[in-house]
Amino acid sequence: MTAHQHHDHHAHPHAASEDHDEVTEYHLLEQAIRELLIESGVLTAADIQRQIENQESRTPALGSRIVARAWSDAEFRRKLVESPTATVAALGIDMSNTPELRVLENTETLHHVVVCTLCSCYPRMILGVPPAWYKSREYRARVVHEPRAVLKEFGLGLPGNVEVRVVDSTADLRYLVLPMRPAGTESLGEEDLARLVGRDAMIGTGIARNPDA
Amino acid sequence: MYAPGDRVRVDSRWQSGHCRTPYYLKGRVGVVVSAVGIYRNPERLAYHKPGLPPRRLYRVRFRQEDIWVNYTDGGFDTVEADLFEHWLLPVAEELTS
Amino acid sequence: MAAAEGSQEAPRGVHDLGGLPLGPIDRHEHARTLYEMRVDAMLMLLTNPSCGAFKVDALRRAIEGYTRSEYEDLPYYDRWIKAIRGLLIEQGVLTDEQIEARVAAIRARQTPSGDAHVRAW
Repeated sequence: MTAHQHHDHHAHPHAASEDHDEVTEYHLLEQAIRELLIESGVLTAADIQRQIENQESRTPALGSRIVARAWSDAEFRRKLVESPTATVAALGIDMSNTPELRVLENTETLHHVVVCTLCSCYPRMILGVPPAWYKSREYRARVVHEPRAVLKEFGLGLPGNVEVRVVDSTADLRYLVLPMRPAGTESLGEEDLARLVGRDAMIGTGIARNPDA
Repeated sequence: MYAPGDRVRVDSRWQSGHCRTPYYLKGRVGVVVSAVGIYRNPERLAYHKPGLPPRRLYRVRFRQEDIWVNYTDGGFDTVEADLFEHWLLPVAEELTS
Repeated sequence: MAAAEGSQEAPRGVHDLGGLPLGPIDRHEHARTLYEMRVDAMLMLLTNPSCGAFKVDALRRAIEGYTRSEYEDLPYYDRWIKAIRGLLIEQGVLTDEQIEARVAAIRARQTPSGDAHVRAW
């Protein structure tokens, strides 16, 4: 069995370095295909580098900013929910050649959690690449039929009067959860609000943090 | 063509090749939330075909209690999925459940 | 809890996982390796309309065609690069012979200590 996912028990300090793990047949395959595609003019090395940098620049911090602004600015929130892709693009986030975005608003009686049971569709243009657990067979299988048990694994318990709505990304839409604003944050500015919003709160396997936490 | 509020049943037919209608929803009855738009058919795009004419995509919501036997977690819980029109069948309004 | 039987008329695809009674979710996270970033970038570029080698739907279709063992045991990005290989051949962008020859050449370029780590096909 190959796989860095299975070998790593501590985080690598910086991802963009050469692998020092075992070189597998798939690493060789990737290199071979990359070389051939560059030689035949399908791609350039610069294209690949630029794409890697573009993707690495997308992190949950983008989503946190969007959420914080939506909490602070009712008009922005309205536009965001009505025309998410255009509203996000107006913030300067490149939304070209990305699937359409939709925003799911959590309320006191409605909690959304996003999945792609069929593969691993995820709002990458906003949150970056998904964590391994989101792509795992276990998450994809279980969140859709026992969401509350899965949320408990993530440390989140919700009362029975809340509707837990699992949103399965089966087509070309990508979903971003807009979590509820925690109580006691009325005096916080957007930067401080953004710090309360972690990635999992925007997937739905978590909620926003309290300011004192 | 469906409108928000229409009850629909997901076709339970078997179809070879690429399909974005999940197994767990086949045969289930839900409610149309919204018409999402029209999109090229992924079942054909998967084979390098144009996937035209584009098909209507609908957001459909299902009660968990209507999908799974013995779903006891939360009586209001739901699942939503984006499903193509050619996988949906109309359901007449029923006076009794 | 599985869906009621009798309402579905065919077995699931290997990828069609909703409702299966699987186990605990491994929440360990690792930083992406360069290999993973490269495979990801390659897919994004190949499926971008400016290149248009194939659609992402084709990648999904290719992976859905794996055996259960391949689907479950191959790491995520290995599934992708294997599928990319097949699709590039399908679309006549590269040939199987070209790819094989290049893999062999790269393997031959490895330092002796590198060779010892390379797993054979």
